Amino acid sequence: MRFPDILRFARDAATGYPLRTALSVLAMSIGVAAVVILTALGDGARRYVIGQFSSLGSNLVIVLPGRSGTGGFNPANAITSTPRDLTIDDAAALLRGSAIQRVAPLVVGSSEISAGGRLREVMVAGTTASYFAIRNFALAQGSALPEEDWGRGSSVAVIGHKIGQEIFGSNSAIGQWVRIGDRRLRVIGVLKPLGQGLGMNTDELVIIPVALAQALFNSNTLFRILVEAKSRSAISGARQQASDILKQRHRGEEDVTVITQDAVLATFDKLLGALTLGVAGIAAISLAVAGILVMNVMLVAVTQRTSEIGLLKALGASGRTIRLAFLAEAAMLSAVGALLGYLLGQLGAFALRQLFPVFPAYPPDWAVIAGLATALATGLLFGFMPARRAAQMDPVQALMSH
Amino acid sequence: MALLELKDIARRFQLGDTTVNALSDLNLRIDAGDYVAVMGPSGSGKSTLLNLLGLLDRPSAGSYLLEGRDVTTLSPDALAGVRSTRIGFVFQSFHLVPRLTAAENIALPMTLAGIPAAERRQRVRQALGDFGLENRADHRPDQLSGGQRQRVAIARATIMQPALILADEPTGNLDRHTGDEVVRLLEELNGRGVTLIVVTHDPSLGARARRQLRMEDGRLQSDSAQRPGAIAEIAPRPGGSVAA
Repeated sequence: MRFPDILRFARDAATGYPLRTALSVLAMSIGVAAVVILTALGDGARRYVIGQFSSLGSNLVIVLPGRSGTGGFNPANAITSTPRDLTIDDAAALLRGSAIQRVAPLVVGSSEISAGGRLREVMVAGTTASYFAIRNFALAQGSALPEEDWGRGSSVAVIGHKIGQEIFGSNSAIGQWVRIGDRRLRVIGVLKPLGQGLGMNTDELVIIPVALAQALFNSNTLFRILVEAKSRSAISGARQQASDILKQRHRGEEDVTVITQDAVLATFDKLLGALTLGVAGIAAISLAVAGILVMNVMLVAVTQRTSEIGLLKALGASGRTIRLAFLAEAAMLSAVGALLGYLLGQLGAFALRQLFPVFPAYPPDWAVIAGLATALATGLLFGFMPARRAAQMDPVQALMSH
Repeated sequence: MALLELKDIARRFQLGDTTVNALSDLNLRIDAGDYVAVMGPSGSGKSTLLNLLGLLDRPSAGSYLLEGRDVTTLSPDALAGVRSTRIGFVFQSFHLVPRLTAAENIALPMTLAGIPAAERRQRVRQALGDFGLENRADHRPDQLSGGQRQRVAIARATIMQPALILADEPTGNLDRHTGDEVVRLLEELNGRGVTLIVVTHDPSLGARARRQLRMEDGRLQSDSAQRPGAIAEIAPRPGGSVAA
């Protein structure tokens, strides 16, 4: 039997039993769609987190006080006091590093902001002008913190977009006075709305000079030093230099932790990649179930068409021809189901992206290819047994079953 | 020359603990171009004989020469090849594939044999004309009358130009008039040189054949072509009344 004839014969056989065919195609398509949508969710989560991290700034090296081996949060840090403060001078000293482009010391605390009788709680970040460059903050109005001596701290503030709206409404905030804690500050800039950044909502942030923040929170230590390396390839150099300079300044004691953004990213990437893989594995089970259903359907088909198989044998069909015809039918059910499932999955992922625009729910290529391949492979694998049963049928018995 | 020759054929079935002798001591020679009717009561071994002749079944003992070649030793696929090119089947219940049109049913043996589509189309058109089915080419079996269905089945059986046509009760599901029509078609084919073997209960159909074989209990009881003396050893009354 010629190949196109086998395909046509299998197609006619499949369409001859529409309900049975539709059900097995549906099962297969749900399996594939599950793989596509679930991996789109998993990979979307991964991209989302990585995107958030990237928004912290590029080529970033972060210095935090205290020693912790892993670079993550260490419960010991919460109990033991840091042996030595991380100071503004430490931060300034980092500028000596040849691989280091910019440095921004950071003090974070919460305080109250009030103006014109309105009052609310805010996150206050004490830092310098370079922070805006490192974090890629853009201003809606006014200007960033002035370039000045880090130890001086003029009485100015840059406020987040939402804070500006809540306190000043539609009036311009620039030039207005606000009270933060016990200080009166003049608003010199309003940030562009950015939305949720990892851990810190910049729309509800007030940025003031670092020295002012230290006085406000009555603290000498920094929360972080953000270091921007000169280029991507300079990141490890910058990390080493930051570490060396601070060790030197702290009398040879390694009492700070220097982490690179890449290390954090890689950890999250690995974690969420594994999550995606796990989800894909779960979805693959539904594919296997679909494969078994195709086998079931094909076994029913063989039983239902016993007399037809007998006839084909009487008309001179070899065992190979009959096997191929039934395998082709199983493959066709799986292929159509897989294709339909792929379209359904892409449609589902598209709907997810429409519903949650910040969430990049694109199925990864490997998952799509693996899903389609698994669908076809299980279809053929589970189609093989029924096809063999058909080919081995005794023609006399088969003809008599009419 | 003999088209087929059976020597000491036996076919036994195992039913639980008992062995059923469906055929035993069968010796038969059928010449090319002959018209043979196989008759006998139900369970006499007619169908088993037909299945053996059609290479759908294998004998338990004995040899079967088809066109001078021993076919009892062939592999299943080799047997399928012989069935494809040398043997045509006509069944009582037509055995058409319900989802295929008349033309596709007729073309099925050629499709299975891998004959190119262009040649298939041309031969099917010819066959549709020969069997008066020109206007029924695109009809499915459930849109055809019984007689038309059997004509499609006969067209299918002859499309590969076989040497032998085996018909199992070809008129069994038809009324007398359409049955006669179908028999005339089969006899026409025989007139063109195709060997025709018909299994039937119907004495009048059997009587039309040039040679009658009568089966009983898995044995050949009588053979109108045998000299009476040879038959006498097995059956004392040659040409006896219809057993059924």
